[in-house]
Amino acid sequence: MKYIALVILMITPAFLFSQNNPSPAEILKKIDDNTISDSKVVISRMVIHGRRGERTVRAKTWQRNTSDSFTEYLDPPREKGTKMLKLGDQLWTYSPSTDRTIMISGHMLRQSVMGSDLSYEDMMEDPFLSSLYEGEIAGSGELLGRQVWIMDLTAKKDDTAYARRKIWVDKERYLILKEELYAKSGKLLKQVDIHEVKFIEGRWIAVSATYKDVLKEGDGTEMMIESISFDENIPDYIFSKASLRK
Amino acid sequence: MIKFLIKGLLRDRSRSLFPVLTVSSGVFLAVVLYSFMNGVIADMINSTARYQTGHVKVMTQAYAEESNQMPNDLALTGINEITQTLKDNYPDMIWTARIKFGGLLDIPDEKGETKDQGPVTGLAVDLFSPSSPEWDLLRIEKSIIRGRIPVERGEILIGDEFAGKLDIAPGDTATLISSTMFGSMAIYNFKIAGTVRFGISAMDRGAILADIADIQEALDMQDTAGELLGYFPDNIYNDEKAAEIAASFNRQFKDPDDRFSPIMRTLPVESGLSDYIAMIDSMGVIIVSIFIAAMSIVLWNSGLMGSLRRYGEIGVRLAVGENKTHIYKTLILESLFIGIFGSVIGTAAGTGVSYLMQIYGIDYGYLMKNSSMMISNVYRAKVSTGSFFIGFIPGIVSTVLGASIAGTGIYRRQTASLFKELEV
Repeated sequence: MKYIALVILMITPAFLFSQNNPSPAEILKKIDDNTISDSKVVISRMVIHGRRGERTVRAKTWQRNTSDSFTEYLDPPREKGTKMLKLGDQLWTYSPSTDRTIMISGHMLRQSVMGSDLSYEDMMEDPFLSSLYEGEIAGSGELLGRQVWIMDLTAKKDDTAYARRKIWVDKERYLILKEELYAKSGKLLKQVDIHEVKFIEGRWIAVSATYKDVLKEGDGTEMMIESISFDENIPDYIFSKASLRK
Repeated sequence: MIKFLIKGLLRDRSRSLFPVLTVSSGVFLAVVLYSFMNGVIADMINSTARYQTGHVKVMTQAYAEESNQMPNDLALTGINEITQTLKDNYPDMIWTARIKFGGLLDIPDEKGETKDQGPVTGLAVDLFSPSSPEWDLLRIEKSIIRGRIPVERGEILIGDEFAGKLDIAPGDTATLISSTMFGSMAIYNFKIAGTVRFGISAMDRGAILADIADIQEALDMQDTAGELLGYFPDNIYNDEKAAEIAASFNRQFKDPDDRFSPIMRTLPVESGLSDYIAMIDSMGVIIVSIFIAAMSIVLWNSGLMGSLRRYGEIGVRLAVGENKTHIYKTLILESLFIGIFGSVIGTAAGTGVSYLMQIYGIDYGYLMKNSSMMISNVYRAKVSTGSFFIGFIPGIVSTVLGASIAGTGIYRRQTASLFKELEV
C-alpha cells in the first residue's frame, strides 16, 4: 500500500494497441485501464538517498482495487512491524512500539513517507489520470529506446495535488516512462524516471524507478519491485483496522 | 561662603525648589528608563541564552544554515566525543546537549484512539544525569504548576496553557508524532509528569520539555543532538570571551569543505541579538546625551527666569562693588548644590522604583499571546551600577551648564545704568 500511486503508475498490462493516432483522452483512458487489477501483492524496496546518506526500506503491500491497501514494513529493524492501512480516502498508521494507531490527516499528509521523496498525499491520490486531468499531445520522441508521446496534462479540479503533469507515454505499451509533476504556479515539484521495465504475468511493469522531490535535497528515492503477483485472493480482514494490531 | 550660599538656597525656596524639582524629575526618568531598558534587554538575552542559544552554540554547519527550522537530519553525530573535547578544551564552560523538535502531540482516549491533537514544539534536555546543569539553567523546579518534576525516563513536562488546551493532566499519556532524523514518522508515548509555566508565551502555548535520551530514542538520534550549548559558569554573557572561544574552536574544528563539521557561534550571532547588545552599549551614551541637552535647555530657561527675578539683587551686589566674575561663580556654585541635591533625590527615587520593577515586574502576557519571540511575559527593570550614574552625573552637569549659560547675562549688565535701575 506504501506506494500506491507509484506502483499503479509502474504497472501496466502489455496490451499492444494498434491504433496509430489515438486522442489524448483515449491515451489516458488506456493508461488507466491498463493499471486496473482486482488485487495485487507487492514486495518493494525503497532506497532513500537523503542528505545524510542512504537507507533502504522494504515493505509488503496488499492492494484491493485501487482504493484499499495494507502495508507492512519489513526492514530496517526500527521500522519492522509498522503498518499502514488505506481505506478509500482515509489513512492510518500503526506503531508497534507504542501500540498506537494514528490517523494521518491534515498537514501530516504532506509529510514524507519513511523519509523518502514520496508524501502520504502522493499515496492518497486518485490514480486515474483520465478522471483528474485533461491532456494534449505536445509532441513525440524517444525515451529508453522506445517511441513515446509527450503529453501535457491539466487538472480538471482546483484541489488536485498537482495542477499540471508532463508525461512520456510508451506508444506501444501505454506505459508512462517519465513524469514531471508541477504546481499551479508552474513550478516543478516532483519527477519520476523509469529505469527498468519487465514483462510479468502478461503485463509490462516498471520495476525500477527514481522518484525525486525537486524541492528536497538529496538524490531522490529509488523504488524497486522485488516481487509482484496479481489477482491474489486477499482476505477481507486484511483491510480492517483490527489487522493493524495483529 | 558655601554655608552662606546653602543658607540662601534653603531660605529662598523660589531660587531652589523649581530647579531641584526639574533636576530630580529628569534624573528619575533617566534612571527608570535606563534600568527598565537594561532589564528588558538583559531578560531577552537571558531567555534566549537559556532556551535557544546558550552563550555559545555548537552545531553542524549545515544545521546552522537552517537552525530556525530545527533540521534534526543535519544534527551533530558523535555528541559524546564532541562534548568531551569541549570539556577538555574549555574546562571553565558548562556544556550541555539539546534537541529541538516539532510535531504533533496526540492524546489517546481509553481505546487508544485519538481524543485530541495539537501541534507541539519540544525541547529535549538532559534531565537525569547527576551533573546536568539544565535544572538550574531552565529553573525547572520553580516553573512547575501542577504535578511534579520527571523522575524517570518517559516522563515529560508540558506547558500549563497547552495542557489546558488539550485537556490533559499529570499522569495522562501523550503520544508524540514527529519525524526521525531520517525522515520516517516517529511515534513515541510519554507520561505527563507535570505542567509548567515557561514564562514565554510561544512556549506556554504549545511546548513540552523531555529528557534528551527519550528524544534520541524517539527520533532515532543515538549519540546525536541538534545543538551543544555552552554557558559561562557565572551565567553572565561575556561577548569578548565568547567570541574568543568561538574563534579558537572554529579554527580547530570547522572544515569549510565538510558541511557536517561543527561550527561554534556566539549568542548575538546565533540569535540575531547583536544589534540589541550593541544598543545596550550605546544606550547609556544616548540617554546621557539626550538628558544633558534637554535638561540644559530647561535649566538654562529656569536660570534666565531666576536671573530676571533676581535682577535687583544682582544689581545691588554689583553696585556695592562685587565683581561680575564673583557673582557668576556664586551662581555656578549654587547650581552645583542644586544639581547635587536634585540628582541625589532623582537617583534615589529612580533606583527605588526600578528596584520595585525588578522585583515585581510588569506582566505583558496579554500582549504576547501570539508572540513567537523567546522573551519573558513579565518585563522587569534591572538596577545596575550604571543606574546610579546614568542620571546623577548628567543631572549635575546639565544644572551647571544651564546656569553657566543663563549667568552670562551678568556680564552684559552696564554698571552705569545700575543706579538708574535701582531708583525704579
